[in-house]
Amino acid sequence: MSAVTSAPPPCSAAASPTEGLIYSIARLLEGCRHVAVGAASPIPGAAALYTRAQSRGATRVSVLGSRRHNAFTNGGVELFDLAAQGRIDAFFLGGGQIDGAANINLVGTGPYPRTEVRWPGSFGSAYLYYLVPRVILFREEHTRRVFVPKVDFISAPGPRDDGAYRPGGPHAMITSLCLFGYDKPRRRFVLQSVHPGHTLEEVRDNTGFDFDLAPQLPQTPQPDTAALALIRGEVREQIAETYPKFAAQLAAV
Amino acid sequence: MNLLGVVELAALVPDCAKLVVAKDESGVAMAAAFALMRRGVKGLHLVTVPVSGLQADMLIGAGCVATLETSGITLAEFGPAPCFSRAVKSGSLHLKDATCPAIYAGLQAAQKGLPFMPLRGILETDVLAHRPDWRVIDNPFAPGDRIVVLPAITPDVALFHAPLADRFGNVFIGRQRELMLLAHAARSTLVTAEHIVEGNLLEDEARSGSVIPALYVTAVAHAPRGAWPLAFGDEYAADAAWLANYVAEARSPAGFARVLESLAGAAGGAHIANRAGDDHGALAAGVAA
Repeated sequence: MSAVTSAPPPCSAAASPTEGLIYSIARLLEGCRHVAVGAASPIPGAAALYTRAQSRGATRVSVLGSRRHNAFTNGGVELFDLAAQGRIDAFFLGGGQIDGAANINLVGTGPYPRTEVRWPGSFGSAYLYYLVPRVILFREEHTRRVFVPKVDFISAPGPRDDGAYRPGGPHAMITSLCLFGYDKPRRRFVLQSVHPGHTLEEVRDNTGFDFDLAPQLPQTPQPDTAALALIRGEVREQIAETYPKFAAQLAAV
Repeated sequence: MNLLGVVELAALVPDCAKLVVAKDESGVAMAAAFALMRRGVKGLHLVTVPVSGLQADMLIGAGCVATLETSGITLAEFGPAPCFSRAVKSGSLHLKDATCPAIYAGLQAAQKGLPFMPLRGILETDVLAHRPDWRVIDNPFAPGDRIVVLPAITPDVALFHAPLADRFGNVFIGRQRELMLLAHAARSTLVTAEHIVEGNLLEDEARSGSVIPALYVTAVAHAPRGAWPLAFGDEYAADAAWLANYVAEARSPAGFARVLESLAGAAGGAHIANRAGDDHGALAAGVAA
């Protein structure tokens, strides 16, 4: 199999890969009451703001690092307090390494503590992964050095049978190539769709762990004209406050 | 309270202190950190709340840090922190990797005078596996519900940069509430302030809720542009050219040494000199506005 099924939807030819990611992530956030976005996350931030705009006020968004799109007044601890209370529905985590058991590593490669490559650190992942119901794993680089058979360090563990208090966990994983869902009972990633211009083989070749396939494997839906107008207008303006360089690279209306 | 100079303020951080500092957006006392490096402070146990960037990287590069307790060290858009990476590889740092809410929880325990604080999550992580000082207990009210407990983090010194302070030692922090937590948890609190205001900040009901009362404040130094080269709220943006040069230079110990030298010299020195109390007129005007 070399090409994914179904033709691209009309009016989508102009969507860039970044706009496609914003749109796809936004679709994963539908129905959320409160989406929080962590540091260094311009694409998830834009997606959350898109969802908010579409929700007509039903979705609240807290973008860390923003003044205008973050109403927290109790300091850095407020996000974590809200998460433990169940007041954050969705959050985003990345990973230097992610494995098929949905473990994520934000610390480094090789034996700890003298890791060969050292990344910044675990941030809030060790906590938020347990507590936020829709954690969306987002890593643009889709290679075997990222998607490994087993992570070298567990910053945040995938779901397992340990009886732990765990209302949260992975909901989906999106990369530059494709979108995975997460099958909670079977604890497996499930390939849901492949982005335009990419193939299942490419996904397999660049993923170091086994995953399941959805019964149908469509192309990832792309933003239509109205969606693009929203991304290039309101969303671009709003995300520019926190991520001016990123916004400057997005197409304007 | 007498205002100190930045160098005098930094002199109140002893060698081997457990020093707690804020993340970049909350207010980083870079001028005071430069003074610490110039003095050659040694053996610090640096706790970042909950993460850090340039400040931690430079203190590590300058050999000031023995133990690093952090949830993340990054120069954000400027890339990985070079001195931190080098120190990890060489094994010269005692690393206490944490997760953000655990650092807040440890400080909250200290704030409440408690020995420990329980926290959700964390259970099956390698973060926990490498923290022998963290424990797992059964929830005493629901046996079988395992929960992580974290010892109090009681810093010897909290050090940060704030927008305003008055001559009584009250410090205005705006919505950067974690600075209140730092001050409540630490045995002593050292503040550099962008502006010194006339009058008493606590008398202004509209902002007294965002004021750390002098009760918690050990000393204040007036440090205009005291967060440079980092950004500081609405006052100034990060010095992107300086930071880009830093990440290039600090990849080697020799380059890092050149950066330190440039700070001691006339050009950089202007930013980091002891400048207590030099623009009070402007301050009073700013506060009235």
